[in-house]
Amino acid sequence: MLENKKAKLRNFHQAHWDEPVIFELSAKGARGILVPEAEEEIKAEVGDGISRIPAHLRRKEPPALPELCQAQVLRHYLHLSQATLGADLNIEIGQGTCTIKYSPKINESFATSSKVTELHPFQAEGTVQGALEILYKTDMFLREISGLSRFVFQPGGGSHGLFAIASMIRAYHESRGESGKRDEIITTIFSHPSNAAAAAVKGFKVITLYPDKDGYPDVDALREAVSDRTAGLMITNPEDHGLFNSKIAEFTRIVHEAGGLCSYDQANANGILGMTRALEGGFDFCFFNLHKTFSSPHGCGGPAVGAVGVRKEFEQFLPVPLIDFDGEKYFLNYDVKNSIGKVRMFYGVLPVVARAYAWIMSLGEEGLKEVARIAVLNNNYLMRNISKIRGATIPYDAPGKHRLEQVRYSWEKLTKDTGVTTEDVQRRMCDFGMHYWTSHHPWIIPEPFTLEPTESYSKEELDEYVAALKQVSEEAYTDPEKVKNAPYNSCIHKIDPSLLDDPKKWAITWRSYLKKHGKDIDA
Amino acid sequence: MHKVGLIVNPIAGMGGKVGLKGTDGSEIVALARKLGATAEAPFRALQALKELEILKDSIEIITCPGAMGESVAKKWGFKVGIIGPAKEETSAEDTRQAASEMMKLQIELLLFAGGDGTARDIYSSIKDSGPVIGIPAGVKMHSSIFALNPKRAGELALLYLTGKVKELREAEVMDIDEELFRKGVVSARLYGYLKIPFERRYVQNVKAATPPSEKYEQEAIAAEVVENMEQDCIYVVGPGTTTRQIMQLLGLDYSLLGVDVVSNGKLLAKDVSEKQLLEIIDDKRSKLIVTPIGGQGYILGRGNQQLSPRIIKKIGKDNIIVISTKDKLHSLKGAPLLVDSGDGEVDEMLAGYIKVITGYKEYAIYLVAF
Repeated sequence: MLENKKAKLRNFHQAHWDEPVIFELSAKGARGILVPEAEEEIKAEVGDGISRIPAHLRRKEPPALPELCQAQVLRHYLHLSQATLGADLNIEIGQGTCTIKYSPKINESFATSSKVTELHPFQAEGTVQGALEILYKTDMFLREISGLSRFVFQPGGGSHGLFAIASMIRAYHESRGESGKRDEIITTIFSHPSNAAAAAVKGFKVITLYPDKDGYPDVDALREAVSDRTAGLMITNPEDHGLFNSKIAEFTRIVHEAGGLCSYDQANANGILGMTRALEGGFDFCFFNLHKTFSSPHGCGGPAVGAVGVRKEFEQFLPVPLIDFDGEKYFLNYDVKNSIGKVRMFYGVLPVVARAYAWIMSLGEEGLKEVARIAVLNNNYLMRNISKIRGATIPYDAPGKHRLEQVRYSWEKLTKDTGVTTEDVQRRMCDFGMHYWTSHHPWIIPEPFTLEPTESYSKEELDEYVAALKQVSEEAYTDPEKVKNAPYNSCIHKIDPSLLDDPKKWAITWRSYLKKHGKDIDA
Repeated sequence: MHKVGLIVNPIAGMGGKVGLKGTDGSEIVALARKLGATAEAPFRALQALKELEILKDSIEIITCPGAMGESVAKKWGFKVGIIGPAKEETSAEDTRQAASEMMKLQIELLLFAGGDGTARDIYSSIKDSGPVIGIPAGVKMHSSIFALNPKRAGELALLYLTGKVKELREAEVMDIDEELFRKGVVSARLYGYLKIPFERRYVQNVKAATPPSEKYEQEAIAAEVVENMEQDCIYVVGPGTTTRQIMQLLGLDYSLLGVDVVSNGKLLAKDVSEKQLLEIIDDKRSKLIVTPIGGQGYILGRGNQQLSPRIIKKIGKDNIIVISTKDKLHSLKGAPLLVDSGDGEVDEMLAGYIKVITGYKEYAIYLVAF
């Protein structure tokens, strides 16, 4: 029973296990499984087994892995899982831009079926016809959703997909003898930073457009940016503040007229599925995050797929292999004239594609459109309720102005009034069992927070999230220290983040931790 | 024990609420009092110092008698060390002397409550010693030495004293001629730079990379500019810390507050006047490099008046290279870059979108207005 039903606030408290790092739990000689000794007749045949491995391939020392029994390992990770606010545990609308939606568990059973997990990527084509069929048909679906003519599933994430696209833009200009001259990529400040980063990694100069007073990139700014040096436009739409640039066809026309190509970052596609397409927007390339929009859980860096699509004339640059069908069987096609080569081994992250395939099949055309409609409805309902919270503002808002699937809000007023910042709110939201995220850098919108409710949450659940935000705002105005010192009910209290900013202190592996903090690895 | 300096300019800000544009000069102070103005600065200093209460037992506040700091520091129960004689009426000279004495006492940090005039007095006395944090309490605050509000000034001081913020940055000290300002004429001057602790907003999210330091960004911009410098072209380099980086990369002497002229990697002239500049440029191919000065985004007409309308017309819009760190652009919160050349025609010519160099091979298209 909810103790405080009227306020919709939970009396939440996270489990605190004071859990050591697994290396610290290690006890010399502890084992999960003791592999039985080989029988005498086997030993007689092959000896001890080890000596058959050439000496130069044998390790001199055993690996420095933790030694534990199975139950300890299980307990350790269960403890850790209780110290997180995972997507299946909380009302996960707080990680805007990431489309954290409910991923139906039945799709998980396809992805984790032995028919998928036991395949070897080097198996002969004839033995993986089912897997190739899933890839081929998912390609067909995405062609329909985007209007473009061919997709590949090799890139292991959105940024990787953008890297593949930047590589193709470069290859295109090279094929026309213009790569020396066309060295500028145009993007916008509210497009995902990966667009600028992918372009920079490919050696392009990056020109960033800033929004006009209404939050949209300005056509005149684009006209100032394009020239005979323009290689392309790499842009997100809707951008991360949830505004859809309805002049996008004019943008792509201006860039095409200048001789550049246009790439559509569709990481924010959840609110436009079946509504608008890359082709009609005038784009040459696009990518979808199968791990966000198409029902693979997003997080922890993978596994993921940035599915990259192209218009017909750019198929010649796609990474290999393509999956083709000759009327009888599916096969890997390496015959791509000006291919940029491989961007990843093999032919894609099959479990993620399998989930996307199952999700699309279960929804159909009408279902996909309904996903978009509900995601947009949820978002606008949430936005109007947040607009009533004291101290919260909606940059670029105007009467009757709607957003698509997410909004980047601001606590600038709250901070000015009370000194409480968005990071303080972030920690306090943990006390209600809610995840909450600020924004990518740079913070163009001051004291930002970005919420994306997707299609997965009910009105009551959105109300609960809003009630928690409202409570934090009220606390900020009446007792700001309470918010500034949060969290109280979370497994970890306020930490000193300066260590995260200090290359001499931060450590992402145990070995690096020991080294940087002056501890002996054998200790 | 942390030694922290505190200077409160008790008359700062008094003019604002009674419609006077500043309180420079004793006649104006008297007029302000007559109009019913009360001291703002001590109250604002109190708000800032409250944030340091947590360190109360490990801070000694070095300050001036009475309203110039003593009463504020004692209010929160800090240990207080007093310098200088007690006075009824205080003046700019008192601020200058106090700042210089505090530096001799080797304070870790100087907090002052005042406006542009106070910042200028402190700068003229301590130059690039420091660090200093301005508690905003004046009528005019064009200088970027001021925190957003008194509370934030206190928080920044706390972060610095506890070692959580270590980096320092140079912040412009600017002031306008109050005599002209009261007649409605704005004329701002760049007087120099004071060092202020540079607070980067720490973010714990994995998606947020650590923003590069300001100096790194300035170096990247300088590399981009220098790499694209053309043979035999005259480069007129305006004032500022971002433009300074170009001179340093070229290994040339420079004037931080003035305009320098460079061609083919050599310094042609340093700290030139408008007249000298006109002679040097003559009819030769020239480019002008400017950066926003101060917190309001002025690229021309504030702190670089040597770059007159005549010079700008001669050089031409297409030959103006604007450089700015991204931080500086973002701090404008969507407001345009500004020009105030003194000639409406020139301002109009410069208005519209312009390409700004923001890093190595990085640019922004940004709006210029007047």
